Amino acid sequence: MDLSHFAQKIGSNDPVTIVGLGTRGGAVPGVRTVSAPVGIELIDAEDMVVVCGAATAVGDLQGALAQVGQFVALPDGGTVGGALALGRSSVRRLGDGPVRETLLQARFVGAQGQIVTAGGPTVKNVSGFDLCKLLVGSRGTLGFIAEVRLRTRPIAATSQWFSSTANPWQLQAALYRPVSILWNGETTWVLLEGHRADVAGQATQLGLVDAPGPPPLPTAHRWSLPPQQLLSMTTSLPGAPGFVAEIGVGIVHHSLPESPRDVIAGVQRLNQRLKDHFDPTGRLNPGVSAFDV
Amino acid sequence: MNGLADDLCRALSPDRVRVSAAELSLYRRDASNFDGQTSVVCFPLSAAEVQAVVQLCIRHGVPYVARGSGTGLAGGATPLDGAVVISLAKMNRIISVDAETQRAWVEPGVLNLDLSRSVAHLGLHFAPDPSSQQSCSIGGNVANNAGGPHCLADGVTTAHVMAVQVVLPEGDIVVLGGEDPEPNGLDLRGAFIGSEGMFGIATKICVRLTQNAPGVRTMLLDFETVDAGAQTVSAIIADGMVPAALEMMDALCTRAVEDYIHAGLPIDAAAILLVEVTGLMHGLEDEVDRIVAIGKAHGARTVRIAQDEAERALLWKGRKTAFGAIARIKPNYYLHDTVVPRRALPSVLRQVYEIAQQHDLLVMNVFHAGDGNLHPLLVFDKREPGVMERVHAAGAAIVAASIAAGGVLSGEHGIGLEKRDFMPLMFGPADLAAQALMRAAFDPTGLANPTKVLPSPAGCGDLQHVPEGAWI
Repeated sequence: MDLSHFAQKIGSNDPVTIVGLGTRGGAVPGVRTVSAPVGIELIDAEDMVVVCGAATAVGDLQGALAQVGQFVALPDGGTVGGALALGRSSVRRLGDGPVRETLLQARFVGAQGQIVTAGGPTVKNVSGFDLCKLLVGSRGTLGFIAEVRLRTRPIAATSQWFSSTANPWQLQAALYRPVSILWNGETTWVLLEGHRADVAGQATQLGLVDAPGPPPLPTAHRWSLPPQQLLSMTTSLPGAPGFVAEIGVGIVHHSLPESPRDVIAGVQRLNQRLKDHFDPTGRLNPGVSAFDV
Repeated sequence: MNGLADDLCRALSPDRVRVSAAELSLYRRDASNFDGQTSVVCFPLSAAEVQAVVQLCIRHGVPYVARGSGTGLAGGATPLDGAVVISLAKMNRIISVDAETQRAWVEPGVLNLDLSRSVAHLGLHFAPDPSSQQSCSIGGNVANNAGGPHCLADGVTTAHVMAVQVVLPEGDIVVLGGEDPEPNGLDLRGAFIGSEGMFGIATKICVRLTQNAPGVRTMLLDFETVDAGAQTVSAIIADGMVPAALEMMDALCTRAVEDYIHAGLPIDAAAILLVEVTGLMHGLEDEVDRIVAIGKAHGARTVRIAQDEAERALLWKGRKTAFGAIARIKPNYYLHDTVVPRRALPSVLRQVYEIAQQHDLLVMNVFHAGDGNLHPLLVFDKREPGVMERVHAAGAAIVAASIAAGGVLSGEHGIGLEKRDFMPLMFGPADLAAQALMRAAFDPTGLANPTKVLPSPAGCGDLQHVPEGAWI
């Protein structure tokens, strides 16, 4: 994919912000906008990789991959670049792993307008330092992702949500590699995938009941807790604020904000120094920080 | 330098600071072919002691190299120019294990296999399993983002580390990442893993443990041609399966292993595939059937399915002791580590054999076929005059062929000194500059394992260049 036009638009002088479909916060107001290239460049089902422009819609990419029986572990909605720039996983993280494991190679445009390649094209992708990991979750503060090569996965033969009133931690211990376990303090939802007979067998053994899908998630706030802290979240009282916790992961979708987290000075300094090195004048997505919640 | 050694004796204790020529010579290299030189070796017992050592190195302006078990194959732990060697081998406690959340905090000197053994009774293991897992340390796994046969389905070290306590090159102690899934800020944990001791020294690591599979099937398929074996690998992946492991050995290697362990391997085969699938019963049987069918369609002569745990262990022993077996053929070997797209395996393997022949060398292949991770093994006798030149020329040609096929320089051994000057084959100036910015941000002192990984601008064009202060 020729990225020279995109790099030219970004240039090397004035403040600039990147916009996709606007589903994850959108552009920085009052700043000149650019958009990444759109389109699927390559689907290599045999090697389980896909190459696409960063502004390709996640839905379009999943649709194309479904035709070869594969998918990418990205959350629904918006663009591929936006999903990577934010780095937030879907409720399938327990099974699929974090978003950062999906990105094999990125070509991005840096603050000087230069085109940079990070990572590598193969499934074991890292030679040298792992720049891709810094890009995922960086919110466009180090560079604007233009084109990516992603790891794909096979779509399972059977995929079924179940619900249960059993203790979610007991379910986690009893199930083999569940894709998702959600808990709202009363009910547990489980997503199982694999061979039809194995899914049915586990469900029967543990008394799981078919469910049409996951519960609605509170969208106001997203907490990130060590999984053991979920143990102390007790059954919600009638009228108490609602939550849905991702058991085994530690994400809690909550109606209330998370208590502020301490940031270690050394970690903050490293973050700032990386930003200063990659974007000395602060022209990329000005005002945005990887610490934004 | 004596001043630094004296200061280290005061900061640690005299018995944990070594300066005798005999002891220093033990630490002048790792398991690579690069020799360096150290002026002092020290053995801290805690993060605070590592911090004290780093601060003393800063004060004296002396570079330092962190070292785990010294099993690295790329020269990452080879000290240059009298660098201080900081051995983490005595920091080898498993600090805590939480079976419920499947996490453990360990010190960097804990050996990879010791961790898995210690959590086996909980039905858990640590997924990265390098062939050196009996002797390599978790700290070294983190430094090199190590892999292993079972990383095909589960991913390499970075996918199994949640947080790392690090002594940064400026001397402060921080935790990068966290036990929570989405820590604030940039993924400094991810940047640190695989940084080969150049971004700081890990003093405590939070690893994710993996549930043991309820069922396992291990199969051995043998082929009359290497091509047929390689095409079977691609076909299995293309059929929508990601086996737990998918390993390949060629004829020369198979014969060496069979002479060594007597596992009943087919010594007349051109290639054998070791395939392992894990999971629940129905899925397992389905995958075994599909793999057998794909193998047969690609010309597999026989399929041997391990009937019990003893037979499974024997087949794996063959794979994991391959490097020991090779000593029966020639006294020395040079192990390469490149990755190519899976579909390119047949053509790159053909080139590997041609390259070895052109340089009058024997080559054996035993590798992680499922993720395209080649490990061509050049075997030789270094007493033969001129042989090292041929070994290095053949190695360079294998690396170039892998990159030309759309591959990468290293799958799991790291760059270190070995691949440093090959980096420009894969990365342009802007790409290398971005990696250098990461190094500059983490280590403004430039003392943490300097001159590894990134080529110096002067050395960029010279692929045969050997770093000053090192000899092979």
